[in-house]
Amino acid sequence: MNRRRAVITGLGVVAPGGAGTKEFWSLLSEGRTATRPISLFDASGFRSRIAAECDFDAEAEGLTADEIRTLDRAAQFAVVCAERARADSGLDGAVTDPHRFGVSLGTAVGASTGLEAGYVALSRRGRDWVTGVASELPQLRDHLVPSSFAAEVARRSGAQGPVTTVSTGCTSGLDAVGHAVALIEEGSADVMLAGATDAPITPITVACFDSIKATTPDNDDPAHASRPFDRHRRGFVLGEGAAVFVVEEHGRALRRHARVYAEVSGFATRCNAYHMTGLRPDGRELAEAARTALDRARTDATAVDYVNAHGSGTRQNDRHETAALKRALGSHAYDVPVSSVKSMIGHSLGAIGSLEIAACVLALAHQVVPPTANLRTADPECDLDYVPVTAREARLDTVLTVGSGFGGFQSAMVLARPGRAA
Amino acid sequence: MSTTAPDTAARTRVTPAGRSGEAVVTGIGILAPGGTDTEEVWASVLAGRSAIGPLTRFTPTGPARLVGTVPDETFTAAVPSRIRAQTDRWTQMALVAAEAALHDAGLDDPGQGPYDPYDMAVITASGSGGTEFGQRELARLWTEGPGRVSVYQSIAWFYAATTGQLSIRHALQGPCSVLVADQAGGLDALAAARRALRTGTALVVTGGTEAPLSPYALTCLDADGSVSHRTDPARAYLPFHEDACGYVPGEGGAFLVTEDAAAARARRAPRVYGRLAGHAATFDGPGEPKGSGLAAAALGALRDARVEPAGVDVVFADAAGDRVRDTAESRVLAELFGPHAVPVTAPKTLLGRLNAGAGALDAALALLALRDGVVPPTALPTAPSPEHPIDLVVGRPRAAELRTALVLARGAGGFNSALVLTRDRLPPHRT
Repeated sequence: MNRRRAVITGLGVVAPGGAGTKEFWSLLSEGRTATRPISLFDASGFRSRIAAECDFDAEAEGLTADEIRTLDRAAQFAVVCAERARADSGLDGAVTDPHRFGVSLGTAVGASTGLEAGYVALSRRGRDWVTGVASELPQLRDHLVPSSFAAEVARRSGAQGPVTTVSTGCTSGLDAVGHAVALIEEGSADVMLAGATDAPITPITVACFDSIKATTPDNDDPAHASRPFDRHRRGFVLGEGAAVFVVEEHGRALRRHARVYAEVSGFATRCNAYHMTGLRPDGRELAEAARTALDRARTDATAVDYVNAHGSGTRQNDRHETAALKRALGSHAYDVPVSSVKSMIGHSLGAIGSLEIAACVLALAHQVVPPTANLRTADPECDLDYVPVTAREARLDTVLTVGSGFGGFQSAMVLARPGRAA
Repeated sequence: MSTTAPDTAARTRVTPAGRSGEAVVTGIGILAPGGTDTEEVWASVLAGRSAIGPLTRFTPTGPARLVGTVPDETFTAAVPSRIRAQTDRWTQMALVAAEAALHDAGLDDPGQGPYDPYDMAVITASGSGGTEFGQRELARLWTEGPGRVSVYQSIAWFYAATTGQLSIRHALQGPCSVLVADQAGGLDALAAARRALRTGTALVVTGGTEAPLSPYALTCLDADGSVSHRTDPARAYLPFHEDACGYVPGEGGAFLVTEDAAAARARRAPRVYGRLAGHAATFDGPGEPKGSGLAAAALGALRDARVEPAGVDVVFADAAGDRVRDTAESRVLAELFGPHAVPVTAPKTLLGRLNAGAGALDAALALLALRDGVVPPTALPTAPSPEHPIDLVVGRPRAAELRTALVLARGAGGFNSALVLTRDRLPPHRT
């Protein structure tokens, strides 16, 4: 069988709660939470005033003053992650044909931080409908269309193959990696930098989730505010961050003796065609995505050792997802550990799918299931094993990660420990 | 506890036997400056009528004054008021264009069959998102406070809004996606549709629209100085011309219904316009724009289509309207085909550059050119500059036997995309 396969050989993470991959994993494996009062702007007039913020020091990461001024915060996350992923994979030392090297970067809200700041500056804080010239802010052209993120990563890494941004809302982080895998499998590229970034902790994005009450109003106890699958969950906590991977054709990775973290053995996405924000309670489409991803991975449902849940902590999502997992995995749904890292790092919209892939990759590497923090009170509608509060050692060969988002997108990816895949 | 076994209902569905793996276009829906529907825009383009005119949606204070506008009456009434309230103009245009494409393909209600909803998808190119809706809510937030932001802001502004709405409206539940690669993304989306068709999906509604004529979006678009500041519509967007002075932005775009060729045949699709035969996307290396990235994309697309350069009958150029980038493109074409060897055209000179809407629009116009055996013209006031060794079709359409078209697109930042469309090897489908 000559099917080309895609493996992850490097990763770079910028996440709430710490500077890099090591800190990211210790936060998750220790079940600590990175949710806190919003410090990035004055959120005092808002309904939800907490978030999982990154302590990101762009200068310490080597960005110049000019880059810090002109690159959107999300773009800064992405370029730092991409550099880390390349270094982690040893890609710099390996001969790479630039035309076989591409970028697939996900984002849900793009450069909304930079766009909002520019708008406030050019409209006299919203008073002028007609904004004039932006000669002092040439970066607004890049902010307007979020393909600038992928372009910036490609330019810095020398990629001259297929380069794109994937923007499917909250499944962007899964879909961008899925897109990279498809390009490698079909032979359009041999190496891809793939991942996702978002920096949505801004007035406009906090306000738009306020207005639909999707985020939690529990501002008084930020550390315990994100409570996926808990009976008393009250909405998600906004997060930010990025994760970027080196995704590589399997044979190429073997030939250059690269460390292989995991194989992306299956991916699928489906749409619910139901409602832009609502979810059908039966979880049918998410189940279909999960089953199709497992089919493509030639993996039986019973072989899944861990499910990284979307687990956003909204009332409807966690119910929907629980139903979907039962539909997709049958009775095995009750046996497999399921957890939501959003309990610790919040929901960073498009970025979270890639951060969750990173969590899965590290879970496979450490043979540890990260917990669902803050899960204290069982919800009769959510009756699976969500690994409450404390991480768990487990034999992990195959993991499933799923995502769900506005627009009806439902995505699923199967990751397999190297040497275990078919 | 109700669930015990995996639900296999969807998996046991009948997959149409004998998928071909070939992606054909069975429906076109254009919503662009110059007309109210596909045939009107096409007639307007063939007549060489320019749809470029003054900005009317607001009174600009910046230097960009000319645009390609899609009049409200061509689409707003066709969008149900409930949907209108929760969408930006950009999504509304897409809803109308996609509906026209589905109608053209004889599938007014794809949810009624013949395909399973999981075998149908929508893949769009996105650019600036829901800019006018977004600006209105930004203004509200900053002048009236967070409590006044619309409940629809979260689903109208983001780049996936159009795909989500189209998925819901037409029961398209397969592998839906949204690609962003500035102007090149329009062609990349069609290529992604072809990829989905090759991996089991039967039908993909694909294309894109753009609506950047709101004040702040236009300010952002012009922030890099690439937009034309001319006030004479006849001299505002002049690619391959010695007086090149930037481009005129426009709104709108196009949608295509793409299908697996065998599946389209099995359902007796009313017509097949052509085949998505080849595609390649590249990104510029250091030292661009000299055109080597664009050349690699064009060559890659031809190789993918198994078409020799001599087999290309017409090129739809990217036509940046910038001297350096025009020179790069004309050099690529002259080296690939030989000087003046193949007709080249840029109907976007009549309509404006539609960013994410441009790729599907150019592909749609190329398919209509293949259908009618005519190369639509480029609008230039005088002959193109002799420094460009290409056969630019200027002023009037040119009749020609057309079987294969190459469509090129470049996006800000270094994106290149090339698509080959053919009308070869197609069985008769007309009913």
